[in-house]
Amino acid sequence: MAGTGGSDRMHAFAKQRIPSLVSNEPLVKISDLNFTYDRRPILTGINMTIPRGKVVAIMGQSGCGKTTTLRLIGGQLKPSQGEVRFDGQAMHELDTDGLYAVRRRMGMLFQFGALFTDISVFDNVAFQMREHTNLPENMIRDLVLLKLNAVGLRGAQNLMPSELSGGMARRVALARAIALDPLLMMYDEPFTGLDPITMGIIGQLIRKLNDALGGSSIIVTHDVQESLQIVDYVYFMADGKVVAEGTPDEIRASDKAYVHQFVWGEMDGPVPFQYPSAPYREQIYGAAHA
Amino acid sequence: MLDSAISALRGLGTRVTSRIWRLGFASRFLLATLLYSGTSFRRFFLTIREIYFTGVLSLIIILVSGLFVGMVLGLQGYDTLQRYGSSEALGILVALSLVRELGPVVSALLFASRAGSAITAEIGLMKATEQLSAMEMMAVNPIARVVAPRFWAGVISMPLLAALFSAMGIFGGYLVGVQLIGVDEGSFWSQMQASVDFREDIVNGVIKSVVFGIIVSWIAVFEGYDSEPTAEGVSGATTRTVVTSSLAILAADFILTAFMFRGA
Amino acid sequence: MNRMTLDLWVGVFVAIGLGALLFLALKVGNLASTSTGETYVLKANFDNIGGLKVRAPVKSAGVVVGRVGDIRLDAERFEAVVTMNISSQFKFPRDTFAKIRTSGLLGEQYIGLAVGGDEQVFKPGDSVKKTESAMVLEDLVGQFLFDKAAEGKDKSDVK
Repeated sequence: MAGTGGSDRMHAFAKQRIPSLVSNEPLVKISDLNFTYDRRPILTGINMTIPRGKVVAIMGQSGCGKTTTLRLIGGQLKPSQGEVRFDGQAMHELDTDGLYAVRRRMGMLFQFGALFTDISVFDNVAFQMREHTNLPENMIRDLVLLKLNAVGLRGAQNLMPSELSGGMARRVALARAIALDPLLMMYDEPFTGLDPITMGIIGQLIRKLNDALGGSSIIVTHDVQESLQIVDYVYFMADGKVVAEGTPDEIRASDKAYVHQFVWGEMDGPVPFQYPSAPYREQIYGAAHA
Repeated sequence: MLDSAISALRGLGTRVTSRIWRLGFASRFLLATLLYSGTSFRRFFLTIREIYFTGVLSLIIILVSGLFVGMVLGLQGYDTLQRYGSSEALGILVALSLVRELGPVVSALLFASRAGSAITAEIGLMKATEQLSAMEMMAVNPIARVVAPRFWAGVISMPLLAALFSAMGIFGGYLVGVQLIGVDEGSFWSQMQASVDFREDIVNGVIKSVVFGIIVSWIAVFEGYDSEPTAEGVSGATTRTVVTSSLAILAADFILTAFMFRGA
Repeated sequence: MNRMTLDLWVGVFVAIGLGALLFLALKVGNLASTSTGETYVLKANFDNIGGLKVRAPVKSAGVVVGRVGDIRLDAERFEAVVTMNISSQFKFPRDTFAKIRTSGLLGEQYIGLAVGGDEQVFKPGDSVKKTESAMVLEDLVGQFLFDKAAEGKDKSDVK
């Protein structure tokens, strides 16, 4: 009896950890995902695959549903239709406890870092270790310093978040997100508001950490040039749909009008410069009539 | 004309339903807070930290206000009582007004504006800067980790602050009445002791302040959690906390008083 | 802020808060005078208790010796039965008189015990036989008016 119990536990452990490293099944699989908010469709018919060990970018204009997609993957929102599978597990079927259990294997970098402003850099990185593990404090200390070293900020451990520059805050947040060595890292606009040097640093860190952790990463961004250098695959979104996908080279070479406009930053194209409005002539002269 | 009347009615209806919806949401939120309170007590340090920010930092304003309120009561009470030749009853007047009403009510109002608004602003800013989302993504329930400790800190601090307010007020009344005006010290204390009942007055006052503590903390954490994640949203929520909890305190005070002191 | 300082401050806060509560209970309220000391029960029947309330003081020679514990109506004799909790240190003779009095003109009502000269003292649970009911203001005024009216009638008769 005892043996059965033990092997059960082994089995559960194996299910949780090992297939994620060996299975050929993609880490995240999104099929026919729809999301409506207040009867307004935000996402329609999204299909995406995030293979293991790869860095995938989701690109598109502001408000096209990129961040919503990320939140659906993290289980913070529930799909109206379709499903997100993380490591074979459908996210919307999980209850709160199950969701929290899955999220321990995910890490997320928020747009502006979202560091806890009332505790120090060290405590920010140590947060998850203290919440989820019973590790002794000296081991936590070593782990935190390891993570901070990975982002080059070991020396900043005693600073408060308010004393950090934007780029440093982003790096600390990165260290915090990888604290429990997640299988999946999600980056919400990691390059926004950074200078070119810091942008390069963050980009390189994302790639290096992904390869070191052996997991997968999803980058939601509109910084085309920066992300094309580091990702393996790109999904383009517009108006809640995937409009194009491919490797960075395919994207650069794409002749689709929308992708071309986006990648090369052209002013007018499929995405019009003008906000939808009445014809210019009519509005000007119409006012004179009245 | 008819159109505008209809649209006005519709606006009114929307406002009423949205209020009721919010009340329902707030109640569900309180239930969740109570349900996830385990962490606040298992890791009591989290709550102690919040007691520092809500209770200890409110000490100065509570003590000083209590002293002044008591001194004013001493002056005004003496002025009225001496017309009836019963200035020795000053002790009763000061103590009963403070213990039954002013202590719990005024300290709760001060608490709402000092600590309640701070709690709302803090939680609102944590929401606006995505700290709460980040916590959720780190598999930590923000209601258990952020909301519940603040709620319980408020509930624990409030009766202590109210007691300090009353004690300080009685001391203020004693300073003015006995030391300054010259009411007999013996009768000041003894009449007070003869008329202030432990069960009827003091325990009821403490019950009141516990109820007010629950009300203020509930409103403060809810407004913060429910605020729009923008600068205007947070400032609006902070204002709503002070206004709503002040009104709720006074309304609850009336109801509690009607129950507690009807016979006496 | 470091954890020790935080604990210290919160400790100080809780301590002085509890201190204030203790002050209210002992110095301001009557917890000290009621809860300490043993009491025994005496009963007394009154025709009318006026405005007497539970917890009203029981005084002898103006000194508080106990408190009213309970007030009931005896359904058979239609008298009020007042239970008094008297401090055990005070023993009263069996012919002690219990009167309902008012402190001041409009003050609260209390029970005054006028001590008699009997050798024997009340045992716990005994009833005070000799009682005097409360003076009800309306009755007094009514009596006064009636007397006056009667007086006036007499005078008019004389005329």
